[in-house]
Amino acid sequence: MSAGIYGLMAEFSDPSALVSAARKTREAGYVRIDAYTPYPIEELDEAIGIHHTRLPMIALIGGIVGGLAGFGLQYWTSVIDYPINVGGRPLFSWPAFIPVAFECTILGAALSAVFGMLGLNGLPQPYHPVFNVPRFALASRDRFFLCIEAADPNFDADETWSFLSRLQPRQVSQVDE
Amino acid sequence: MNPGEAYLLPRDSPLEQMATFAGVCGLVGFVVCGAMAVATPAAVAESYLFAFLFWSGIPLGSLAILMLQHITGGAWGAVLRRILEAATRTLPLLAILFLPILFSTGLLFEWARPEVVEHDLVLQHKRAYLNVPFFAFRAVLYFVVWIVLSHFLSEWSRRQDRAPESIGLRLENISRGGLLLFVLTMTFASIDWAMSLEPHWYSTMYGILFIGGQVLSALAFVIPVTAVLAARPPMLEVMTADRFQDLGKLLLAFVMVWAYFSFSQFLIIWSADLPEETPWYLRRLSQGWQWAAIALIILHFMLPFVLLLSRDLKRSRRWLMAVAAVVLAMRAIDLSWLVLPAFDRGGLLWVPSDFAAFLGVGGLWFYYYVRQLRSAPMLPLNDESLPEMRGLQP
Repeated sequence: MSAGIYGLMAEFSDPSALVSAARKTREAGYVRIDAYTPYPIEELDEAIGIHHTRLPMIALIGGIVGGLAGFGLQYWTSVIDYPINVGGRPLFSWPAFIPVAFECTILGAALSAVFGMLGLNGLPQPYHPVFNVPRFALASRDRFFLCIEAADPNFDADETWSFLSRLQPRQVSQVDE
Repeated sequence: MNPGEAYLLPRDSPLEQMATFAGVCGLVGFVVCGAMAVATPAAVAESYLFAFLFWSGIPLGSLAILMLQHITGGAWGAVLRRILEAATRTLPLLAILFLPILFSTGLLFEWARPEVVEHDLVLQHKRAYLNVPFFAFRAVLYFVVWIVLSHFLSEWSRRQDRAPESIGLRLENISRGGLLLFVLTMTFASIDWAMSLEPHWYSTMYGILFIGGQVLSALAFVIPVTAVLAARPPMLEVMTADRFQDLGKLLLAFVMVWAYFSFSQFLIIWSADLPEETPWYLRRLSQGWQWAAIALIILHFMLPFVLLLSRDLKRSRRWLMAVAAVVLAMRAIDLSWLVLPAFDRGGLLWVPSDFAAFLGVGGLWFYYYVRQLRSAPMLPLNDESLPEMRGLQP
């Protein structure tokens, strides 16, 4: 492993070139890879080997907790803590509780999805080595980047450089730590 | 050779055998209904109305989805387009199948019986709208609107196959106005054909609830059809796991829409607790119908909702097909729960004529549907999202 190098980065000018390069990189046995694009690309998750994330499960649990909490709050306030007779209806008027419980489900799912996403991504992150490549700013405009990290067991500075060059990128750059 | 020929429904498709079987079932169903109608015409008319409302929901829901996909675009719409168009082209058949209902209004609707209206002040006030000639006129109007829309949607879509010039904008424009017109006509149709069975009762939610149900029926029908077609070319190459996931998401969305509309209507009536509104639910939550209601909550909402949350399930052809089949079956239960409690059946939920009418209308309809499916290429050949669907890069 080379000291002071985070990885090597190849730059592509269109999404399909990036996706096919990512597939070839996976086929060549690299596992610590990441891709950077200006907008989401459908096939990319699968091409860089992300099949499942824990995020849906986190959102589901957040939703269930939110729903139960919303329902429980209404039950507690209107049946236990402050029972009031409203037009002769039963204290436990569950149909009336459903809309609020539903909204709380969405709130719980949305909040846990946002914070779960930030947590799983390790954000906010004030420093990331990929920004040391000056051209990387284009990743938010019209360029597509593929990075093989030095932490990859198959990483070899020279060999990986020539491998990336064979994928016909616009350019290959070294990413400093 | 016609370039579209490779895209036609394969001759050996399982749908062809199913269509023959359905045609036979349809004829048997009609013969049985006819025989039963000699003894109990009213009971058969009731069953027939339920069967008609269920089966007509599929082409009408398809018409709505078809126009929706012309407006919104997307690869899911392009793969479904021909399957939906074929369903909307069955509307002329349904117009003919509506005739028995038109001729048995006296058996079905209280407001069409002069001896009832005579003693009912409310129905006398509603007579300006609820009378047989106007009912017939409106039915004709609805079918004309729907058939004209479906005709142009299919016709222009086929013209796009022959000439590559973009006709997409024209399809988009007819869909904008068409969707509006559809929701209006269908709202009135649901009031005429189903809500007026209990003419004292009214709900402003009813029309949209009915339409939401039709769209769900249509989706739950086209998903299994697409899944069967996806087993071999030409649909094999475009029906990737991503496309099935799209359809699964739509099914999930409309399962939720149905639950949302149904619950909204219930909550409003339950909260207000008014004597002219609650009988509708009281009838549907007693005499055995409460079990159908519980089955609807569990199998029409909870089970498909929980299952369709799973990404893997939506991407699996067989699983998605199974869930859609459950939803479609529950759509029939839902329609029977909406319509049949309006009649006095002495505590019985379903009677033999319900099954005969269901098979009769459904069998003929499915036979005719497959004929329509056969008449056009399975994919819109010049649709702009077709290269994307095949996984070809632009």
